[in-house]
Amino acid sequence: MNIIEGLKYSKDHEWVRAEGNKAYIGITNYAQLELGDIVYIELPSPGDKFEAGDVLGVVESVKTAADVYSPVSGTVVEVNEELAESPEKVNEVPYESWFVILEMDDPSELENLMDEEEYGRYCIEEGK
Amino acid sequence: MDRKLIFEISKEGRKAYSLPACDVPETDIETLIPPEYLRKSEPDLPEVSEIDLVRHFIGLSKLNHSVDTGFYPLGSCTMKYNPKINESLANLSGFAKVHPYQDESAVQGCLGILYNMDMMLAEITGMERVSLQPAAGAHGELAGLMIIKAYHESRGEYNRNKIIVPDSSHGTNPASASVAGFEVVEVKSNGHGCVDVDSLRSVLNDNVAGLMLTNPNTLGLFEESIVEIADLVHEAGGLLYYDGANANAILGISRPGDMGFDVVHLNLHKSFSTPHGGGGPGSGPVGVKKELVPFLPTPVVEKNEDGYYYLDYDRPKSIGRVRSFYGNFGVVVKAYAYIMSLGADGLRKVSEAAVLNANYMMHKLKKYYHLPFEQPCMHEFVISGQKQKEKGVSTLDIAKRLMDFGYHPPTIYFPLIVKEAMMIEPTETESKETLDGFIEAMVQIAREVEEEPETVLNAPHGAAVSRLDETRAARNPILRWKD
Amino acid sequence: MSNYIPTTEEQQAQMLKEIGLKRIDELFESIPEKVRLNRKLNLPEKMSEPELAEHMYELAASNKNLDEYDCFLGAGAYDHYIPAVIEHITGRSEFYTAYTPYQPEISQGTLQAIFEYQTMICGLTGMDVSNASMYDGATALAEAAAMSCKVTGRKEILVPCAVHPEYKEVLKTYARFNGSVVVETEYKNGVTDIDALKSKISANTAAIIIQNPNFFGSIENLESFAELAHGNGALLIAYVDPVSLGILKAPGEAGADIVVGEGQSLGNPVSFGGPYLGFLAAKEKFMRKMPGRIVGQTVDKTGKRGFVLTMQAREQHIRREKATSNICSNQALNALAATVYLTVMGKKGLKEVAQLCVKKAHYAYKKLIETGKFKTVFTAPFFKEFLVKSEIPIQDLNKKLLDYKIIGGYPIEKNYPELKNCWLLAVTEKRSRKDIDRLASIAAELSSVGSGRLK
Repeated sequence: MNIIEGLKYSKDHEWVRAEGNKAYIGITNYAQLELGDIVYIELPSPGDKFEAGDVLGVVESVKTAADVYSPVSGTVVEVNEELAESPEKVNEVPYESWFVILEMDDPSELENLMDEEEYGRYCIEEGK
Repeated sequence: MDRKLIFEISKEGRKAYSLPACDVPETDIETLIPPEYLRKSEPDLPEVSEIDLVRHFIGLSKLNHSVDTGFYPLGSCTMKYNPKINESLANLSGFAKVHPYQDESAVQGCLGILYNMDMMLAEITGMERVSLQPAAGAHGELAGLMIIKAYHESRGEYNRNKIIVPDSSHGTNPASASVAGFEVVEVKSNGHGCVDVDSLRSVLNDNVAGLMLTNPNTLGLFEESIVEIADLVHEAGGLLYYDGANANAILGISRPGDMGFDVVHLNLHKSFSTPHGGGGPGSGPVGVKKELVPFLPTPVVEKNEDGYYYLDYDRPKSIGRVRSFYGNFGVVVKAYAYIMSLGADGLRKVSEAAVLNANYMMHKLKKYYHLPFEQPCMHEFVISGQKQKEKGVSTLDIAKRLMDFGYHPPTIYFPLIVKEAMMIEPTETESKETLDGFIEAMVQIAREVEEEPETVLNAPHGAAVSRLDETRAARNPILRWKD
Repeated sequence: MSNYIPTTEEQQAQMLKEIGLKRIDELFESIPEKVRLNRKLNLPEKMSEPELAEHMYELAASNKNLDEYDCFLGAGAYDHYIPAVIEHITGRSEFYTAYTPYQPEISQGTLQAIFEYQTMICGLTGMDVSNASMYDGATALAEAAAMSCKVTGRKEILVPCAVHPEYKEVLKTYARFNGSVVVETEYKNGVTDIDALKSKISANTAAIIIQNPNFFGSIENLESFAELAHGNGALLIAYVDPVSLGILKAPGEAGADIVVGEGQSLGNPVSFGGPYLGFLAAKEKFMRKMPGRIVGQTVDKTGKRGFVLTMQAREQHIRREKATSNICSNQALNALAATVYLTVMGKKGLKEVAQLCVKKAHYAYKKLIETGKFKTVFTAPFFKEFLVKSEIPIQDLNKKLLDYKIIGGYPIEKNYPELKNCWLLAVTEKRSRKDIDRLASIAAELSSVGSGRLK
């Protein structure tokens, strides 16, 4: 199980990397393995606002599709256009393939998410 | 070598058409239509001679597996034999060459078929009336759900905006509910693969418009608690919707209307033998109980005392039209001919033979494949390739290997609640010899998984193409030919 | 056993024995007694094949058909010539007894044919992508409207009155339930009134729908509507007659964002209203929002070209309630007929068909006006259909024409009360000058008040 230290994790298998008020958001290695070959990613537009738990985008593989939820509340400041061209990056390097950068409304929301240890245990439970 | 596309055999100057010379006074088109509306270059279409065309398309046809060329046990799709007489009859000029807007007096035969089909399907399903307008199963579902919504709204119950579907349902159920403007609530199946009554009870309330069920369900099992389920939904003020995809199990044996269903759709291209056409045309009639008749799509065919058929458009409570004209009439003609050729006894024998064939296969296969639900099945059953998966061979591989034996694989990975699912529906039109042949192939594949898994993993071996890269197709879609 | 059930009674007994049962009834024991039908279905007695054939011949004979009558009726279903070769292809049971091509390795025939269909629809409409077809033109239009709402995030659809009344009805049915709003606008001299559209368009408008040629047969100025739609952040949905595209400018070129239409004219019989096919094509940027099946090109393990159903994550079997549509089939066999038709005709033939339609329709219009019994209704340019005003009610006229083996035009007053006694006539390449002359003279004679029967 490939989990990175220092990131925050949601129950829907998103990761968050916080830099000040900015949150980089992507999906975890566990999530990309469950989905299989990712073929398309639907991303929001800069300026879109999300509450924690809102659907931020969609990841599609050949045989399935999953919503990506925003782990924190905030406003999109940047989307990763590269993923539109090369969705396979998410399979290859999930923790480098951020989907969006959010300007967080309330960085204390990060405390509601799991750390790497908690997330590791959570994944083992999920996999059963 | 790649098989050529029609565009790749096109040659300028060839033609396959023959049209009459213009026999009215020649006029320059630009004097009739303003030049700015006209296209400057000819549309991008191929130029071939008739023999090029024939060889090309006949060549393509030979790449298809079909009911006429081999066993097609695709679960939930009822790939039964399509009687040839029905094809010939539907092609008669008196059906195929009739314009939908001809005067009623000039189409009495067509209207009669629609009216009598309405009556016969109502009898078969236990409904009051049936509209033949929906063009396919999913379209029938949509019309049926619109009827449910219109009914609740007519009673001032605008709050009923939820449709319940089991977790084993066809994907069309929640999709149709969503298109009809409902929210979807999923209920779990119990250990027998049937609706869990307690979990159903927990989601029933004033916001529920109805429950959609397939019965027998997508595991091929009859909902044993159907009477209780119907009572519960009705007590909560909801209606019951019957997805008729699996009606081939119950013809003349049990009727959705008697089970408590209020709205039913049928797939004429499944239970009533009309061919699937490579994906269509089908026909998805929707039937309703008496209190819902006013909401059926317009128009409805009626008959007056003199036996004259007419179209009734004056239906103020109707949901309106869901399709132009009167539905896939040509398909209805074939299904009508099928019912007329079987009669009541014949239809019952269809279901009996279909259910017997399925149980026989299930019995023979359970020694080799995991059977998640032990009880007798109806017209289809689900086995799981999980034993084989442990050896590194997936259900997909087994499916591909079946092609080498000349069979179409079963429906795979559905229903979603069974891992490595294979859903097998033999239908009544297959002989014991055919079933035995398929069983033998499945047994051999099970042995291959143990002894020579590579053979299964690399299948198919003899098809026109080997396994295709679906990821590549979806990542960089090429959806048309370009020079 | 019936002729469609091959297991013998003896085999059935043997099969029952193997599974440990005695009687077939035992198989149905899971059905509660209360819901079993313990009687025979009340259906007509079964018929042998010869009896069935006889019965069906009689029913067929009670309908007037276009092989025996000259048809001037259109209004959404057209009597174009169907080349003989088509039924020899669609009649191949490898095509018609197959299902949706779920297993691509043994469905390349259907898949490649659909890929060719998609290519031809793109070529004809000037669009980038086409789906594998839909139930009919009307539902394709309703799906296009729903798609425009998803693309724009808006809810309102502007529909001119010059759109086929049945398509509008289907659109309204879908809209009533999916939460969008249909706003109707007026026509002027047989074409859509752009000023009426301008007064209704707003920041809520998802799309303008323009039928071209419209229900009256008149040709619309698509470019002006594209400009209006785009200027307001809305899409232009063009509903077109595919045969007209043999000569009319491709809607893609005129600025349409989604193009739909009824494909019946392309090699499919009128068949009392169905089965037909709807086509739906769009600009590439809207590709992922398209409803329905789509076939894509790929390669197999050896690098050989092959075709698969693709972008399936949009669809109901994966996305369930979040799918772009609930549709899960296409009208594959009708689309095959259309593909073969377009192949037979090719770029030159389709143009010729379209030209013959225009010339003959204009000749018919001139002949009817020349009789003095019919009056011009609109002066807008038209393609193969046009309106004239009669002196007597159209339904009476049509009934009388049946005696002369003529199926007359559509009584448009049914849907447009203001167009009293107006007759919508369609003239395809199948109508000869003689047929047209005969129509004009007989219709004129029948229109003379108090006229007797012509012989």
